[in-house]
Amino acid sequence: MTILTLALLVALGSFAAGLLGALTGLGGGIVVVPMLTLVFHVDIRYAIGASIVSVIATSSGAASAYVREGYTNVRVGILLEVATTVGALIGAALAGVVRTSFLAILFGCVLLFTAYRSLKPVPEHQVLAKPDRWAELFRLDSTYPTMQGLQAYSVQNVPAGFAIMLVAGTLSALLGIGSGIVKVLAMDQLMRLPFKVSTTTSNFMIGVTAAASAGVYMHEGYIDPTIAFPVMLGVLAGALLGARILTRVHPRWLRQLFTVIVVVMAVEMLYKGVRGVV
Amino acid sequence: MTETSSRISEHEIEQVIGRLLQFGVLLAAAVTLVGGVMLLLHHGSTAVSYSTFQGEPAYLRSLRAIVTAAFAGDAMAVVQLGLLLLIATPVARVAFTLVAFALQRDRLYVLVTTIVLALLLYGLVFGGA
Repeated sequence: MTILTLALLVALGSFAAGLLGALTGLGGGIVVVPMLTLVFHVDIRYAIGASIVSVIATSSGAASAYVREGYTNVRVGILLEVATTVGALIGAALAGVVRTSFLAILFGCVLLFTAYRSLKPVPEHQVLAKPDRWAELFRLDSTYPTMQGLQAYSVQNVPAGFAIMLVAGTLSALLGIGSGIVKVLAMDQLMRLPFKVSTTTSNFMIGVTAAASAGVYMHEGYIDPTIAFPVMLGVLAGALLGARILTRVHPRWLRQLFTVIVVVMAVEMLYKGVRGVV
Repeated sequence: MTETSSRISEHEIEQVIGRLLQFGVLLAAAVTLVGGVMLLLHHGSTAVSYSTFQGEPAYLRSLRAIVTAAFAGDAMAVVQLGLLLLIATPVARVAFTLVAFALQRDRLYVLVTTIVLALLLYGLVFGGA
């Protein structure tokens, strides 16, 4: 395949990934690596390098709007970024040591978990609770805008949330994904932040987490310009368009379509990983 | 410091962070696009395969080499420069947050943000090694 053909096809696929990712709220990063390895037969290390860069683009693009609307809890984000960046540096170091078949199997498992979470409704929870010692020390409790004006909320289980963010950072670097699902789950269900605050703060952290491992991958030679430029521009364009038309489409069937794609990719990644043909 | 003045400054910080991220992504995307078009014009018809990992050549891996080659007009290096600007965008956001916390005399968060910035620079400048 010539560079021109490859770049155009990869840009098209990445555009679709970014669009679906934005419309479903699951992020496009999760399908970029399987697409590159399964469809375009790109080595998984080049795929991870290109994907992690596109993750920075989409998260920073979206965060620029959310932060200004006042949903993001900047203090929670920065505190947990200590954990995600440490995790990312660990993950980037591990990536050079572990076998690529292990990466494929791990990727398959994360895809299956993503599909499972995307179909499960998120249970509502109370936003005000007893003050937490760590939340008081780091002054994490805050307010967020609702229809009825600013609503106060308190933050719980800070050490446990911090520990899960270490894992989220490691996964992000190892697989070249944002691992937003793990981050949101920890903040929403464990640390008891309101859902909208959890998703926007997760998005705020994803760019920093990805930047930590992307710097390492640039030095290690994982980031190939020919692969990375159509992925980055494609995913970014798709995500920007997705954010623009979000209010005019019905994400329900799109979510189901996306989940089917994720499951098919999960099975193929697991199959390739187990057979050792990655 | 009264409750209202602290709210206003925090709101202002959020506005600047938002603008900073937007500017960084747009600048990085523009440079990457220019590099990508150059790359397709110069090497578009070259046949490639990425099924085996070889790693990038040294001039596309270190910060200084990428900048030097990009300004010499190398298409691959211009793309890498765009991607470096993208990686630098969240780093700049963290650096700005550090300044903002320092202006608020918030020692605890100056410390927390310094740790994050140090980890990021360690990865970006030294490659984590």
